[in-house]
Amino acid sequence: MKIAVCIKRVPDSETRVKIASDGKSLDESGVKFVMNPYDEFAVEEALRRKEKAGSGGGEVAILCLGPAAGQETIRTALAMGADRGILLQVDKIPADPFETARIIAAELKSGSWDLILFGRMAIDGYNHQVGALTAELLGLPCVTAVSHLEIEGTKGVAEREIEGAIEVVEFPLPAVLTVDKGLNEPRYPALKGIMAAKKKPLDVKPAHASAGTLEVLTLSPPPDRKEGKIVGEGAGAVGELVRLLREEAKVL
Amino acid sequence: MSLALAVLEQRDGVVRKISHEVVTGAQRLGGSVEAVVCATGPVQGADQVGKFGADKIITLTNPAFAKYAPEECAQAIAERAKQGGYRVVVFAASATGRDLAPRVAAKLGVGVAADITDCAVAGDAITVTRPVYAGKALLKVKVASQPAVLSLRPNVFTPVERPKAGTPEIVAVNVAPGRVVVREIKAAPAGTLDVAEAQIIISGGRGLKEPANFKVLEELAKAFGGKAAVGASRAVVDAGWRAHADQVGQTGKTVSPSLYIAVGISGAIQHLAGMRTSKVIVAINKDKDAPIFKVADYGVVGDLFEIVPRLTEEIRKLHG
Repeated sequence: MKIAVCIKRVPDSETRVKIASDGKSLDESGVKFVMNPYDEFAVEEALRRKEKAGSGGGEVAILCLGPAAGQETIRTALAMGADRGILLQVDKIPADPFETARIIAAELKSGSWDLILFGRMAIDGYNHQVGALTAELLGLPCVTAVSHLEIEGTKGVAEREIEGAIEVVEFPLPAVLTVDKGLNEPRYPALKGIMAAKKKPLDVKPAHASAGTLEVLTLSPPPDRKEGKIVGEGAGAVGELVRLLREEAKVL
Repeated sequence: MSLALAVLEQRDGVVRKISHEVVTGAQRLGGSVEAVVCATGPVQGADQVGKFGADKIITLTNPAFAKYAPEECAQAIAERAKQGGYRVVVFAASATGRDLAPRVAAKLGVGVAADITDCAVAGDAITVTRPVYAGKALLKVKVASQPAVLSLRPNVFTPVERPKAGTPEIVAVNVAPGRVVVREIKAAPAGTLDVAEAQIIISGGRGLKEPANFKVLEELAKAFGGKAAVGASRAVVDAGWRAHADQVGQTGKTVSPSLYIAVGISGAIQHLAGMRTSKVIVAINKDKDAPIFKVADYGVVGDLFEIVPRLTEEIRKLHG
């Protein structure tokens, strides 16, 4: 099975956001970057599929659109066990997810992949759409936010969470899937994997992003919440809390 | 005058409440609003969306629309969007909307301005606000695509009623059979409300000490009479105490309920990111220095196992 996993380099979730001097972007100084957590589930799933198939079980390729430092993110996936990496190098990740999808789709078009995996969203941009856009551009079937997956031959069954229920979805391969937390437990790269990753092939290909139709005007901190108050201590404070919720906050 | 297309959702032939927010959001962009829903026949509640601002309510019918049919719905809605000359197409950023919006957008050759919390029209330009970095910052974006495709964060666009009915229209449509088929919908136990849609969320963290103790939060949720859901911090989801579907925070759900009660949650930055847009936040924690008190409107310091049952009693009295 030939599997491509598309990953994104994102600021760690611990990041305290500082706005850059252009007023439109993140000040990256001192920011630690990691692989988007949802993409870890995608990498893990690809590796498990390959391992299950045994020797000659195919290939797991990692694709990342991002700046030169995206190579480090790809190396992390290679250290987990992926076979090779491709960095579609841009100076800046496009503000328009359609542009991102267009570049990724152009790269994947000729690959005859059985599966193309994405995280269901990236924790920085919250766009949750690049996987589905890419699938449409490639004309492939797509299931989003997959939290359980079974594949037999060229048929797949996926489960995805919807509000208050789970959808059981059938699809044919080749397909594009975006994956959710709960699908698996991603492995940590072992030392051996980290050493091996250094020798694995990593292609860097310059990519050109057009402006797209979404233009960032400003990035700003969210409005501060007005300072709250400690109502009191222990169960004795509950009466006053309920009164405040009714009379002041008017939510009860 | 500009025209907006509001994409409604139905489940089992009934319009979902979140669709009222979509119509309200579409109306905020000025001009007239047409609502569209994919179904097998007349949809219960479709006649009600007129009062939230839809001038016309179009039901696109096809036998394929019995359950959510991603590819068939995307075809039908993209087709409608192309024919109708809409300036903007609006979805809910719900589980279905997040799946459907990019499929439709791609067919229109554009991206989605996703998960927006505000929108405005100035002259020809549509500008939207989107929380990014899990709500740690707000991105203001100009949407130049024709049409603009937007998805609205749930619980943000409060439905506004107006005394006017929309005109219903039922149109049978042809669609090519899709490759992706929803075979079954496994419903959660009756009465379970999803955290993403609940008006009230009671979330628990490590302070609950063990999984069985979430019962005290479930009791409180029940006291609110079906309006409340129980959420969880990442720590307790990762520990396997609660399902991932319940997780609030940067790698879980981002929520904006009217009332968020954080119980035994210290308030890691990732958790705060997921709930800071709640209208009112209450924190119950034994550590008076816990970061959660910095974002809470009201805090109670002390033993949650004494405080929460008392609160449950008080809420029962109110609703009793």
